[in-house]
Amino acid sequence: MVPRRKGQGHHRLMPHRTFVWLCLLPLAAVTAAFFLLPMARLVVTGAEGPRGLAGYLAILVEPRYRATLNNTVLLAAASTLVTLIVATIAGMFLQRHRFPGRAVLIAMLTFPLAFPGVVVGFMIILLAGRQGLIGDVSNRLFGEKFVFAYSIYGLFLGYLYFSIPRVILTIMAAVQKLDKGLEEAARSLGASPWAVQRDVVLPALAPAFVASGAIAFATAMGAFGTAFTLATNIDVLPMLIYTEFTLAANFATSAALSVGLGIITWFILALARSFSGSAVAAAG
Amino acid sequence: MRDRLIFTGQLVFTLLVAAFLVVPAALSIMAGVTVNYFRGIQSGVTLQWVAQVWELYADTILLSFLIAFATLGVTLAAGVPAAFALHVQGGRLSRVVEEIITLPLAIPGLAIALALLSTYGGFSDFRRSWLFILVGHVVFTMPFMVRSVMAVFSTLDIRTLDEGAASLGASPWRRFRDVIVPNAVPGILAGSLMVVTLSLGEFNLTWMLHTPLTKTLPIGLADSYASMRLEVASAYTLIFFVMIIPLLVAMQIFADKERAR
Repeated sequence: MVPRRKGQGHHRLMPHRTFVWLCLLPLAAVTAAFFLLPMARLVVTGAEGPRGLAGYLAILVEPRYRATLNNTVLLAAASTLVTLIVATIAGMFLQRHRFPGRAVLIAMLTFPLAFPGVVVGFMIILLAGRQGLIGDVSNRLFGEKFVFAYSIYGLFLGYLYFSIPRVILTIMAAVQKLDKGLEEAARSLGASPWAVQRDVVLPALAPAFVASGAIAFATAMGAFGTAFTLATNIDVLPMLIYTEFTLAANFATSAALSVGLGIITWFILALARSFSGSAVAAAG
Repeated sequence: MRDRLIFTGQLVFTLLVAAFLVVPAALSIMAGVTVNYFRGIQSGVTLQWVAQVWELYADTILLSFLIAFATLGVTLAAGVPAAFALHVQGGRLSRVVEEIITLPLAIPGLAIALALLSTYGGFSDFRRSWLFILVGHVVFTMPFMVRSVMAVFSTLDIRTLDEGAASLGASPWRRFRDVIVPNAVPGILAGSLMVVTLSLGEFNLTWMLHTPLTKTLPIGLADSYASMRLEVASAYTLIFFVMIIPLLVAMQIFADKERAR
């Protein structure tokens, strides 16, 4: 009985292996044709401008591009930092307390998850645009209309809108896994509530900060829809790539810039992943 | 007393954050059914803007559904078998393949779109058809399907199931169809919801890949934000909400069920 089954298994081994390879074939074909080949082509295109390979250095060397890069990094970093602070306060509160209406509040804080960048841009226009709520209120209170949706501050607000739901979910999941015993031990040893937060809770949340912060940062670096909706002249990298491509018809430069942008976002996420050990991905 | 104060402070803060997210969405829904947004809801409630959006943009909504379900079809056909193969195969090669197919998540859509344009932009029939957008959506959503299915496989002993069926004499294809796929259903459903939701809302890639004749819903939205009155743009956004929120709710229910298991 046993040898015969073994023999059967061996007999089936070959067709099974072939079948496994066949299973991989459609995905391999799609990925090769529509992702790997195009990305390789893009890298080549980036070096086909008048400057050749040096076109890739333009993002760092050319003052205008470098200023845009600085702007983008600064904006992404600032919005990531504020998102982390806001999401930690709200996420910790929601995970640690039970009160009527809590589920509704969580639903409200996470429903913009699937909003595309364009819709987020429109939300900011409704808040801070020419017919926006903030302008309306400030007009009534101070007789002056505050309108900032179409500036870098509007974009900043848009990135917050976009990132807060994602980061809150990660923080809440991380807070749930915290060992409450450690906090109680610290408290029983006489640590003040603030010291417990600083020395016990926040360090334990560090992996969640790194993972969700990296996603927020990379998403903000590459976000195009929000900037596109708010204004075409906000000076961030995705808008620069877009205007180089459409207005200046400068395919080589836009290719080089987008390869540079892709390397930055990929690098940030890879770095975060090696820190936190979990899968990290940008979205939107 | 002090605890009470901290609790209240945090509650107020959290409520303000929720207001920041919800108030504009509520304003948009309200504006979409208001006769005149400038004069406020007192000017009356109307569906004329929704009707106007349908007149102007119905084709974008239909095309978005077509592309979303076509994307779902392709990601199912290519992604589910691949997830199985990657799981069974294991080893370094699988990890490399997984790494490559998840790359589109780490690269901005703008770059992927430019890459597709630089490679296939010259094939004008392909460039002009909705299939060009489909290709972009497939590349962008594939990792979600593969990962979601692989996550289910990792909680099952798929090898034993497969070998058990094999010892009963089932062919590899029948085993895949009758044993592997039914066991992967939770992952397939979760992945499908994700793929459809992402495809319906995709803008970054689609804006670069679309033509005047292949406009999807988010493209139409951007168009209405730029050129239509606020009420029309809001009504269009309202239609988008109505489409996307059931998917989100389904996803949430699904995630809760998974957590409970």
